[in-house]
Amino acid sequence: MSTMPLHTEFDSIEALGAALRQGKVSALELADSALDAIQAQSGLNAFLHVDAELTRAQARAADDLLGQGRGGSLTGIPIAHKDVFVTRGWRTTAASKMLADYTSPFDATVVSLLEQAGAVSLGKLNCDEFAMGSGNENSAFGPARNPWDADAVPGGSSGGSAAAVAAGLVMAATGTDTGGSVRQPAALCGVSGIKPTYGTVSRFGMVAFGSSLDQAGPLARHARDLLELLDPISAFDQRDATSLPDCDGAANQPGRVRAQFDAAVAAQQEGGAKPLQGLRIGVPAEFFNEGLSPEVAQAVEAALQTYESLGARRVEISLPRTRLSIPAYYVIAPAEASSNLSRYDGVRYGHRTASYGDLADMTSRSRAEGFGPEVLRRILVGTYVLCHGYYDAYYLQAQRIRRLIAQDFQQAFADHCDVIMGPVTPSVAKRIGENRDDPTADWLADVYTLGVSLAGLPAMSIPCGFSSSQKPLPIGLQLIGNYFREGQLLAIADRFQQATDWHQRKPEQQ
Amino acid sequence: MEWEIVIGLETHTQLATESKIFSSSSTRFGAAPNTQANEIDMALPGSLPVLNRGAVECAIRFGLAIGAHIAPRSVFARKNYFYPDLPKNYQISQFELPVVQGGSLRFFVGDQEHTVNLTRAHLEEDAGKSLHENFTGPHGESSTGIDLNRAGTPLLEIVSEPEMRSAAEAVAYARTLHGLVMWLGICDGNMQEGSFRCDANVSVRPKGQAEFGTRCEIKNLNSFRFLERAIQYEARRQIELIEDGGTVRQETRLYDADRDETRSMRSKEDSDDYRYFPDPDLPPLAITADWVERVRAELPELPGAKRQRFETELGLTAYDAAQLTMDRAYADYFEQAAAQLPQGQAKLAANWILGELSASLNRDETGIAQSRVAPASLAALIARIIDGTVSNKIARDVFAAMWAGEHDGDPDAIIEARGLKQISDSGAIGSMIDEVLAANPAIVEQYRAGKDKAFNSLVGQIMKAAKGKANPQQVNQLLKEKLG
Repeated sequence: MSTMPLHTEFDSIEALGAALRQGKVSALELADSALDAIQAQSGLNAFLHVDAELTRAQARAADDLLGQGRGGSLTGIPIAHKDVFVTRGWRTTAASKMLADYTSPFDATVVSLLEQAGAVSLGKLNCDEFAMGSGNENSAFGPARNPWDADAVPGGSSGGSAAAVAAGLVMAATGTDTGGSVRQPAALCGVSGIKPTYGTVSRFGMVAFGSSLDQAGPLARHARDLLELLDPISAFDQRDATSLPDCDGAANQPGRVRAQFDAAVAAQQEGGAKPLQGLRIGVPAEFFNEGLSPEVAQAVEAALQTYESLGARRVEISLPRTRLSIPAYYVIAPAEASSNLSRYDGVRYGHRTASYGDLADMTSRSRAEGFGPEVLRRILVGTYVLCHGYYDAYYLQAQRIRRLIAQDFQQAFADHCDVIMGPVTPSVAKRIGENRDDPTADWLADVYTLGVSLAGLPAMSIPCGFSSSQKPLPIGLQLIGNYFREGQLLAIADRFQQATDWHQRKPEQQ
Repeated sequence: MEWEIVIGLETHTQLATESKIFSSSSTRFGAAPNTQANEIDMALPGSLPVLNRGAVECAIRFGLAIGAHIAPRSVFARKNYFYPDLPKNYQISQFELPVVQGGSLRFFVGDQEHTVNLTRAHLEEDAGKSLHENFTGPHGESSTGIDLNRAGTPLLEIVSEPEMRSAAEAVAYARTLHGLVMWLGICDGNMQEGSFRCDANVSVRPKGQAEFGTRCEIKNLNSFRFLERAIQYEARRQIELIEDGGTVRQETRLYDADRDETRSMRSKEDSDDYRYFPDPDLPPLAITADWVERVRAELPELPGAKRQRFETELGLTAYDAAQLTMDRAYADYFEQAAAQLPQGQAKLAANWILGELSASLNRDETGIAQSRVAPASLAALIARIIDGTVSNKIARDVFAAMWAGEHDGDPDAIIEARGLKQISDSGAIGSMIDEVLAANPAIVEQYRAGKDKAFNSLVGQIMKAAKGKANPQQVNQLLKEKLG
């Protein structure tokens, strides 16, 4: 008996939504079949918390709306949330022992916006602890696995999100990207993912990691499905002081991204056989350095040629500080994390050690027990770089580099190109446990994604090929746009996906 | 050796906003523990701070009042340290770029005017409270509770330059500052509830020495008396320590009011490294010139301007004008009373308010806003002095009766009922004088021999005969005439 959920029979959220609105399928049927599949594929360890009754209640509510003809674009669509978005219904653990039993009294803004749009949540998805990691191996609840090869990592930190979409367990999932945590797992699992411009999607209710970098973004099979999730969550939120009321003249509200996407698609259609005529694609030399594996380089090269065949022009550009993004990021993100994670002290909620002496001892022991090694490592690094006497040399210096990196991107967009393309990762997914003895090896593999995060730019990853290994592993193409160009990016990705079928490949069921 | 004491004050003023500085929870005092703490105050995962612009407006008001620079761009920073009543384990404060920069405060010590420069004033959040006493845990064991009602209450920390040289000066500064923040309506000034509390940085140095001595910080002084005594004790301690050959260690100390001494809390060596860095959850605070001007337009007349006006327009002495403008309620009271008096008589109102009225308020431990004698009634009494109905001396008795609520505090009714009306009938006064002169020929003789004192003695006798009710000017005048 097939355990593939019903929704996998539909090519897009749009198609599934139409079937729901026409009564050809019910939200409850969809939810039940997805719940069954999640159970059948529990070996993937993509989900941390499933509550069938909560999900079914949402599905019934969706069916009621649909029955009244009041369904919206996401009504009844099965999705799931990375476990760093707080939810009233499901526990929120951030994949940490620290929050193993924590339930939030409120929903994250992203969660409520998607619920208001009618999406049905299947539960909470595995990830790296507090979103720190790039293989989902840092989860306190065991690694999620790559649907293409159970021995490979799904990427991280939104590994559960990418794995769930790739395995067809949900139509789409939410993720968060601090230094690549949406783009990198999307690439390694052969799905699409987008990190929007910093400030366009509310951080309220996201368990904070690096506040100046954290940004929510969806993962789905293709660009059009991403649009369906990104548009309703791109909205100013007065509960997040870094949320932007305005995006380059347009109000930050649902409809903005879709309007930009529609306009870009319409412009492409005027181009006929060369829909991307006039599009200048900047290709940074620094993204094709010695660290890049030949298979990834070839797949990206092929993708660029596809784009050229669609009328786009390729421009060699330089992002000279690309390598500096690694030390800058690994100073700023841990610095912010060390402070953000201070609240987990065992006093008000979360893990508290069983026996202790005084208050300080209680806090120290609770934290030492509650946090995993990578989280502790980053807290230590972050604490160190903020210390009196080191602050100028590390934190301030890193902030200067950050500004220069942002300037490099602005220069490229001003003088050379409309979009930047390159690889997402230097190589395909590694084996689970591969870098266990060298914890910072993973940090170096973030080289292509960190600069975008530091600059706050929108970027996405779309499937563009596979490795030649016995179990082929996906390869991603990164598309980087200028601020607030999410709609255009999605349209450019969509054009590629009309010309290729990488995003339609599905892993064999494990 | 002669020593000089050097004092700088850091004052935490709790801002009188309805809600907290980064959350919508109420700031009301005295609610049941943790009933005024939401997800932000409890630092639940995913919660984010959102700045209360009302608190910023308080800071702008203060900055304008002390002639400071209002920073068009200031930055919130995180001060990181672990403490159970600090839910995020960092305090959102301002570090490198505070909202209020510079400014100065003028005040009187006795009748001597002083000016102290301010370094800065910055916005920050208060912590919660640990409940150590009478607190039991879930299993009845003695435990420590945390009340987060106060967590996130907006504070304006006002930092002075180390320019004060005595405990009395520090107290006068603190009193003036206290009056000012209440005047501006940005703080309720309630010191028992901790709305206004001072940390005093105290050091000593040989008189004439340019460098400062090593300072100690005395934390959390919540009354002017404690402030004064703590500084006095601490200065004496440091002087004795140095004179005995010791050296002062830089440290934080606590004042124990019961023992009237300061005790070491922690030394600088084991103090925390607060790892300040700009809070990435809060964009830099931008204050436009428009905003500043809007706030300026809504400012009440400031104590300095009022003081000047009281001096030049109402003829008060600099000292009286300063006293009356320490507290807006006093100034308001004075203005209301003075408005009902003839031109040029405001000085009498000042004398009465700073004398009899203040004494009565102090005796009853009440504020002028709750005065049992209304400004209009005091003015009515003063009018009776001016028109000669009662003497100043008798007026004090009338005031006491007004204070006691006799005849609904109506001075005319009291004067009438008690028969205190001054004798201004020259015939009646004349016959009293005649009687006194007849009964005291010896004193009359001394006067005629050139002894001026004898005149006063005669006046005293006449007033005694009149039971104090004779109009003193008339007595003087008639007596002079009769003595030729």
